Amino acid sequence: MLKGISVEKLLAWFGQKQVLNGISMTIKANIVTAIIGPSGCGKSTLIRCLNRLHETVPGARQSGRVLLDGQDISQMDPVLVRRTIGMVFQKPNPFPSMSIYDNVAAGLRLNGVRKRHRLDEYVEKSLRMGALWEEVADRLDKPGISLSGGQQQRLCIARAIAIEPQVLLMDEPCSALDPVSTGKIEELIQELKKALTIVIVTHNMQQAARVSDYTGFLLMGELIEFDETRKLFTNPRDKRTEDYITGRFG
Amino acid sequence: MTNSDQRGNFLEPEASPTDFVLTQSAKGANLADRLFRGTTLCFAFGVVAIMALMAGMMVRSAIPAITTFGWPFLFTSTWDPVAEQFGALPFVYGTVVSSLLALLIAVPLSLGGAIFLVELAPSWLAQPLGFLIELLASIPSVVYGLWGIFVLAPWLRTTVQPILGALFGFLPFFQGPAYGVGMLAAGIILAIMVAPLISGVSREVLMAVPNSQREAALALGATRWEAIRIAVLSYGRSGIIGAIILGLGRALGETMAVTMVIGNRPEIAASLFAPGYTMASVIANEFTEATSDFHLAALIEIGLLLFGVTIIVNTLARLLLWSVAGNGATARE
Amino acid sequence: MTFDRYLRRKAINLLVSTLAFLCAAITIVPLLMILGHLLSQGAKAVNLDFFTQLPKPVGEVGGGMANAIVGTLILIGLACLVGLPIGIIGGIYLAEFGNNRTGWLVRFMSDVLNGTPSIVIGIFAYTVVVLPMRRFSALAGAFALGIIMIPTVIRATEELIKLVPISVREAGLALGIPLWKVILRIVVPSAKAGIVTGVLLALARIAGETAPLLFTAFGNRFWHQGLGQPIASLPVQIFTYAISPFEDWHRQAWAGALVLIAMILILNILTRIVTRGQYRPMK
Repeated sequence: MLKGISVEKLLAWFGQKQVLNGISMTIKANIVTAIIGPSGCGKSTLIRCLNRLHETVPGARQSGRVLLDGQDISQMDPVLVRRTIGMVFQKPNPFPSMSIYDNVAAGLRLNGVRKRHRLDEYVEKSLRMGALWEEVADRLDKPGISLSGGQQQRLCIARAIAIEPQVLLMDEPCSALDPVSTGKIEELIQELKKALTIVIVTHNMQQAARVSDYTGFLLMGELIEFDETRKLFTNPRDKRTEDYITGRFG
Repeated sequence: MTNSDQRGNFLEPEASPTDFVLTQSAKGANLADRLFRGTTLCFAFGVVAIMALMAGMMVRSAIPAITTFGWPFLFTSTWDPVAEQFGALPFVYGTVVSSLLALLIAVPLSLGGAIFLVELAPSWLAQPLGFLIELLASIPSVVYGLWGIFVLAPWLRTTVQPILGALFGFLPFFQGPAYGVGMLAAGIILAIMVAPLISGVSREVLMAVPNSQREAALALGATRWEAIRIAVLSYGRSGIIGAIILGLGRALGETMAVTMVIGNRPEIAASLFAPGYTMASVIANEFTEATSDFHLAALIEIGLLLFGVTIIVNTLARLLLWSVAGNGATARE
Repeated sequence: MTFDRYLRRKAINLLVSTLAFLCAAITIVPLLMILGHLLSQGAKAVNLDFFTQLPKPVGEVGGGMANAIVGTLILIGLACLVGLPIGIIGGIYLAEFGNNRTGWLVRFMSDVLNGTPSIVIGIFAYTVVVLPMRRFSALAGAFALGIIMIPTVIRATEELIKLVPISVREAGLALGIPLWKVILRIVVPSAKAGIVTGVLLALARIAGETAPLLFTAFGNRFWHQGLGQPIASLPVQIFTYAISPFEDWHRQAWAGALVLIAMILILNILTRIVTRGQYRPMK
């Protein structure tokens, strides 16, 4: 049974500059948690800390505890952390030298799945879960970058879920896409949450309201409010949250 | 060719000085401006003129040899100035073998080093190491040759070749007496000379790979090396091949260091221990001592051959690098 | 995913990282060895005589390379007469007017020239200068070296002039200055430091060139008798001495190499001084 992520007093720096100021929250399993906030508030940094991608930037570091299923991820091998916590990025980034099939299979091959029929199974399953199978089933060998923007992003989602992570982090996944593709991905997220825990960063409040079960509002590196989405948007407890969602700033 | 003409006087910041100037000179182009442009054009075109002239003069001077020997020149291995029989095969062989040997040694080292410097090394280490490798590139060929004669060749003769001969003597490549000078020495020195070039260009290619690619791989739970393998190396593949071909081009034309350590004997032998001769070396050695105009023409024909080969190889490399970088502006050397 | 496989992946990662480091380290080893030998062998042989005396007759011990050192300086100075006009003015063309097919052709030819073996350029100089003059000369050598300079200078000039912001040009034009004057009097001077650097880098490169000089400048055991006569140069002298059978000449060859490297080093240091924190053209 998935247990979710528990964040305790998370701090993060880029060199000398502190970006996250002691974030604590509990991300429940099998639901969609959204992180909203104005530009520069640290939302991307926050989720990049969750899969230890933040520390790969030269000079960047994090401290505090992030517990996955009760285990402190800073004590685990980052490779294993990222195997369990997957990520989809803002701008779709399929590997250009690989076909659609190979893109989805990339993570599988890394983890030792070699036999063709097993790969076929997994690839089809992931592409179906990623709501892309119908559109690409007949051209799996075409380059990953030959797809449209929205399709590329769904390809990246399929690639990420192919290795069956427990958590999927999504860093503004629709900000580079058109409304139709955005809609498809939002539907997809509702399906995916049955099998995964999802954390989505978005600068689009309506999207957060549509898609998530819980929402966290971040401002200047601090978690101002974290509550059920319905409650946060209709009856926020903090004035700053209210100002943000009514559009007074950001 | 640009739309700056439609934009009037105010240009967007991304426009290049060329676009700007062309717009300006289109309007109110007066005589002085046109003269200026024409003059600078003449000087720039000087480069093209020089290349054309070079090709032309060399062809003209080599004609006596070209017409006498024709195509067999490339396949004959007799080089006899006295009997005026000239065949370029030993030199072509020597050039090709020494250059390929150099690549065999230099490519893994350069690529490995480039990967280390760009992907793995912390910046306090990468900067000085990169600088040192660049320093190798500024050492003149003749100094390499000097080191080759007095340090490398003796070392090969007394230590390396005996060992290689003992261990691998059953292979034809490691047979024969150990002179020190010879194909092996030439290959090693060439490798040292082209390594900075291949390393430098590869480093630029690797640095041009967008970070989002590396992150995509890491996010799948890849180890550092796996991320490099699937995201960086495949992305930069054509650029790296371009770097290697540039290195080949450099090795083919290298003269002094090779002349000083290759033994200068126009023979074709399978063994790396044997002396050899390259196209550039025979020109360097025999040009001033040419016994007849005919001899000279044969040497110039070899020079023409070298010229043609390096043009082809370098153009190929450029094409590959342009496909990565987008425009010739960033390709080095 | 099995644990064994995971361990194997970590092991491969470690192995490859170590190999990569070794590759970088091994590439440096020859450099350190060469510099080491240069310093130890060369320092032993360098003395005042080396800089002031002419070579002694064959077989006699002693003497120096004064004529070769001076010869190199003369050759690279003369080479500028060929290399700088085409290089700098051509670079101005490429930067200001060169966004067209002609510009593409010039750049392409410049790259091809850059990759052409210097000995081939020497043959060209031979056919153009030595044959008509019927003798080897400093002029022929300078001609060859000047051609070799061109690609480096032209690229540096183009890069640096392109870096001057458009606003500078606009400001000049807004003052009513004609375009050609704006380029010549305002744009080029502001790119001056970088252009000078390009020139210095080109000089550092041609100072070490040997092959093209073998049958153009040829060499001279004495002071040159005029620019239309053969002239000694440091690289050629090093080569001649190195392949000779005389111990003393070998010693002097090392000294010559040390002096040559020192010259190149000084030129490189000058480039740092000239730009002092500003942008430098890529080599």
